[in-house]
Amino acid sequence: MAALLKPGQGPLDYGKRRWLRAVFVAVLVMLYTPILVLIAYSFNIQNRGGIWKGFTLENYAKAWHNSDLMSALLNSLSIAFISTIFATVIGAMVAVLLWRFRFPGKAAYEGAMALPIVIPEICMGVAMLLFYARTGMMTGMTHLPWPLNLGTPSPSPTSPCFPFVAVVVRSRLVGFNRQLEEASKDLGASEWQTFTRILIPYMMPGLVAGALLAFTLSLDDFVITFFTSGPETVTFPVKIYSMVKTGVKYEVNAASTILIVITIVATVIAMKLQAPDKAGH
Amino acid sequence: MSSANMSDAPPSPDTIVSIRNVSKRFPGGVTAVDDISFDIAQNEFFALLGPSGCGKTTLLRMISGLETPTSGQILIDGQDMSLTPPNKRPTNMVFQSYAVFPHMTVADNVAYGLRVTGVAEDETKRRVGEALEMVKLSHLAQRKPDQMSGGQRQRVALARALVKRPKVLLLDEPLSALDAKLRDDMRMELTRLQETVGITFIIVTHDQDEALSMATRIAVMDKGAVQQIATPAELYEHPKSRFVADFIGKVNLIEGRVVSKKPNAVVLDVPSIGKMEMATKDLVGETAAIAVRPEKLKITKSEPKDAKLVKVKVAIRDVAYYGDTSDVVASLPDGQDLYVTVQNESREGGSGVERGDKVWMSWEPKDSLLLTE
Repeated sequence: MAALLKPGQGPLDYGKRRWLRAVFVAVLVMLYTPILVLIAYSFNIQNRGGIWKGFTLENYAKAWHNSDLMSALLNSLSIAFISTIFATVIGAMVAVLLWRFRFPGKAAYEGAMALPIVIPEICMGVAMLLFYARTGMMTGMTHLPWPLNLGTPSPSPTSPCFPFVAVVVRSRLVGFNRQLEEASKDLGASEWQTFTRILIPYMMPGLVAGALLAFTLSLDDFVITFFTSGPETVTFPVKIYSMVKTGVKYEVNAASTILIVITIVATVIAMKLQAPDKAGH
Repeated sequence: MSSANMSDAPPSPDTIVSIRNVSKRFPGGVTAVDDISFDIAQNEFFALLGPSGCGKTTLLRMISGLETPTSGQILIDGQDMSLTPPNKRPTNMVFQSYAVFPHMTVADNVAYGLRVTGVAEDETKRRVGEALEMVKLSHLAQRKPDQMSGGQRQRVALARALVKRPKVLLLDEPLSALDAKLRDDMRMELTRLQETVGITFIIVTHDQDEALSMATRIAVMDKGAVQQIATPAELYEHPKSRFVADFIGKVNLIEGRVVSKKPNAVVLDVPSIGKMEMATKDLVGETAAIAVRPEKLKITKSEPKDAKLVKVKVAIRDVAYYGDTSDVVASLPDGQDLYVTVQNESREGGSGVERGDKVWMSWEPKDSLLLTE
């Protein structure tokens, strides 16, 4: 006679095993407690001891009036915005190329396109710094008034960001019915009209999702922008790092919280757009 | 196909599509279409019929320009289309998946082909209205395709193609994705549309009923070649080969050995039946087949008196009841099964035979056909 299974021993009863639950909770606590503490302390009254003194929005006001911090934020947003445009266009082109065509060395090309995801950012940062220095762009551009001083850091995060756009757009394209393209041409549309009127509208959710992903990635990019900005241009993550060095101020928490909120909102929108749509493909 | 069959093609003045020695070989060595030549006349409802993989869809796509022939020429209205891309050809296609643009309303879908070619907006509006009227979709003009049924999407695809006023409308398995009831409606609808607009329709189908009921002429294809081109009735009653006889409807093929040849006739020795004389003008080799349709066979309890009839004693092996008719499977003495369709004329008794019955089966010699190919 088969022995009866005790609760928690069935093949799909993982959730009922106590030790598994404990591990699960421990991992969540480890991952998110620091962030929650950071957010909570952004509402704390400033003190040196690091104890809870009471709720306030003063840190946010201070951060808002810190012109260095705000110009760093503006720099970061501008860089993220510009590199997102580059990353989206290049990523979408890579996605269409890989989806549409067969050519010799496609596997190698595909690998090369994914490489920027795994290349250490420090290497990329150094490489770009050397490139800008050698070509004279570093000395030529970084002293110019805003926004021209962003000429070197702005295109830089494109490299690590565009593969993500390519992945997202390509996974969208997998569901595309090739007969739509044939129908468009059959109805008299040129290759370009078919691309702009049929393919791009179809890719749009993927394009927006990919762009938001690229935006959040380049917004908090520290290494590459640090290397390519030159001494006078300070970005948001770099500014926060320098503020932390001189002692913890809760306005840093406030600024970080804003960054977290921007990132989460963008990611949630991106994920919503990537969810399978009801159109039925 | 031999030149004898090409002479079946209509005379050239009203030819709209001319297919000349067209072949298509795909990389990897698959020959989808193998040296096909035939003409399609203005205003025909022409069907390309064949089993899957016979090359019919490839041929249709070559007419539309979505596929290029490896060799040979396709002429539309006298113009060689070899260098003409699909967007410049006077053909439009209704795709098997309908390929209705999901991000556009019905009206925008239909207007698409006019807008991309720069037709003025007021004329576009008018023609879109007419086209939607024609397929009875005017009330759904502002709907998106995902709020529509398969049949409605199909009508959008039809209107979208017809609004372009093509010289030839190409339909790739247009009814295969519809359910049985809708398919019957759409079949009549397509016939009606073809008569109203007076455009040549070329339809690809694997369904013989579809081809027989709609087309004015049918090209039966197998393994990349055209087996026979004829009207539906001619194909059914005068198939040229065993393949065509077997593909169009049900048929009993009884193989026999040729024992003597006369001018315009041969004598066959058929197992179980004996010697039979069959009229034929074709060259006959060592063997030939007698083809008889199931509904041309008669079953009687006693031996029929008429001496002209071909008759044989058979054993009933199976009876399938379909209401109006029954399909009876009868075994010849040598074991070959013949299919007989029996009209269930009275309410009682059905086909009148049961499994295991020994009965007589007979047919008129003129209802059978000698097949040599």
